[in-house]
Amino acid sequence: MRRDRPPWLLVPFAALAIAFLVVPFGALLQRAPWSDLADEVRRPLVTDALRLSLVSAFSATALSVLLGVPLAWVLARGRFPGRSLLRAVVTLPMVLPPVVGGAALLFAFGRRGLVGGPVYDATSFLLPFSTWGVIVANTFVALPFLVITVEAGLRSLDRRYEDAAATLGAGRWTVLWRVTLPMLAPSIAAGALLSWARALGEFGATVTFAGNLQGRTQTMPLAVFIAREADRGAAIALSLVLIAVSLAVLVPLRDRWLGA
Amino acid sequence: MTTVLRARVGVQLGRLDLDVELTADDGEVVALLGPNGAGKTTVLRALAGLQPLDHGRIEVDGQILDAPEGTDASAPVFVPPDRRPIGLVFQDYLLFPRMSALDNVAFGLRARGRSRADARTAAAAWLQRLDLADHAGARPAALSGGQAQRVALARALATEPRLLLLDEPLAALDARARIQVRAELRRHLAMFPGARLLVTHDLLDAVVLADRLVVVENGRVTQTGSPAEVAAHPRSPYVADLVGVNLLHGHGTAADSADRVVTIAGTGARLTVADPVPAGEVAVVVRPQAVALHLEQPAGSPRNTWATTVAEVVPNGDRVRVHLAGELPLVAEVTPAALAELALVPGTPVWASLKAVDVAVHAR
Repeated sequence: MRRDRPPWLLVPFAALAIAFLVVPFGALLQRAPWSDLADEVRRPLVTDALRLSLVSAFSATALSVLLGVPLAWVLARGRFPGRSLLRAVVTLPMVLPPVVGGAALLFAFGRRGLVGGPVYDATSFLLPFSTWGVIVANTFVALPFLVITVEAGLRSLDRRYEDAAATLGAGRWTVLWRVTLPMLAPSIAAGALLSWARALGEFGATVTFAGNLQGRTQTMPLAVFIAREADRGAAIALSLVLIAVSLAVLVPLRDRWLGA
Repeated sequence: MTTVLRARVGVQLGRLDLDVELTADDGEVVALLGPNGAGKTTVLRALAGLQPLDHGRIEVDGQILDAPEGTDASAPVFVPPDRRPIGLVFQDYLLFPRMSALDNVAFGLRARGRSRADARTAAAAWLQRLDLADHAGARPAALSGGQAQRVALARALATEPRLLLLDEPLAALDARARIQVRAELRRHLAMFPGARLLVTHDLLDAVVLADRLVVVENGRVTQTGSPAEVAAHPRSPYVADLVGVNLLHGHGTAADSADRVVTIAGTGARLTVADPVPAGEVAVVVRPQAVALHLEQPAGSPRNTWATTVAEVVPNGDRVRVHLAGELPLVAEVTPAALAELALVPGTPVWASLKAVDVAVHAR
């Protein structure tokens, strides 16, 4: 297959890219305390963070799908003034430093926040510094990835399939459930995968909005950051677990949902 | 015979200005024939409710489905596609890719509220009728073009529409499948009640499948009639080209009639004919086989001879069509042997001749 051989000029750059991505992981593995690793990963610091990271990343992904698919539909299909502005606002969390997002969340949902204040007065429920706060912070940064992926999927969908369904007697709701969403499934899956990856690695918004309480809001990235000076073994163990979890999800799914 | 469809389809869409009147009777197959961009597919989309009318009216079995200007007694009417008694088979079928053939056919029945089991039983019966029972479980990607078309037909027919629309039903098939599917489709269309309207740009499809042709060009009906009538008396260059004859527009005067001469519009060229020429606008039809080509000026009987040059040479089956330049832009059809003998290439000067009896003139 001659056409599958890259032009020679690409090869050194591709090799450099591979080295750039792989060498840091190699360095991490080289410093790993292999003999104590089994004990390290069983420490509550690690298990709490792992549990919290998985719960919050999967919850944020579920919330992103629940809210993001309808939003993508509105952005792709809706006809209303200010749509381009709305689209820019929706993608803002992707561009903004997550710390800014975290601060904005505090102003909105904090004890004296725009929404959080009245809610606290009425129910004494507080979002920040709770696991729910972690999930909200993760959703805030992950949702745009789902929205833009699904919106692109909707735009490239052949709408005549929906026409065909309509001529067969399907109302709008039936068309959405039985034709549009099934055809959109690959985009939703790809968007969910990107959202999940973004949520798993989330740091800035989480630490700002939810704080760093072990077992409640301390996710793996936070735990790594805290442990990296005082407890290097734990930091490396946490990092390895994080890499293992990421690979376990990415290897089987990346080609299927993001590749050709 | 009752008329199922009565419609006047008026749609403005970009540069397309569509205004087409149509009827279709119970049991009738009507073909909408026309070149690409004539607005044929838009007519189907309007009838199905996928493209609202700008003006006109669509009526099926007396029920008004679209009337943007309202009716004598009522406000504007628009019945959405899912509530019209109309089925549509798309050009590329658009079978739902993630459903089996059976579920595709059952879709319309499910959408209309039938239970899952009930819809699947009925769908299986439809597949059986269209000789697809063995493919019920197949995904659309695993079906051949002809099979996919039958599944699409079964899917549209399963909801028992009063009017079935088919958009270029054979266009997505390769040449070999076309011949077979064309014959099958005629049989299948004959099996079902209601009116059927198909769109095609292929004369052969229209002739084989339809009882009546409606020729649409540039958003307007230019001719309507049985396939035989349309083929025998083409009223536009497009139809003439389709049936393989030359069509020129001309006019005749009383004096011309006495002289048996017709003047070709635009150029002033004159052709001698055998029969009296009707006064006024006329259509002049010349079969390509009747145009003879010579390298020298021909002597003898032909009443029409003129010098011209070859514009283009196009193979057409076992014959070759030679397009002539000049005031009489006719097409001559010759054998490959004659072409070789005359050594005709674009630009070759030739003499053309045409007998008076081979020039047919129709009043327009």
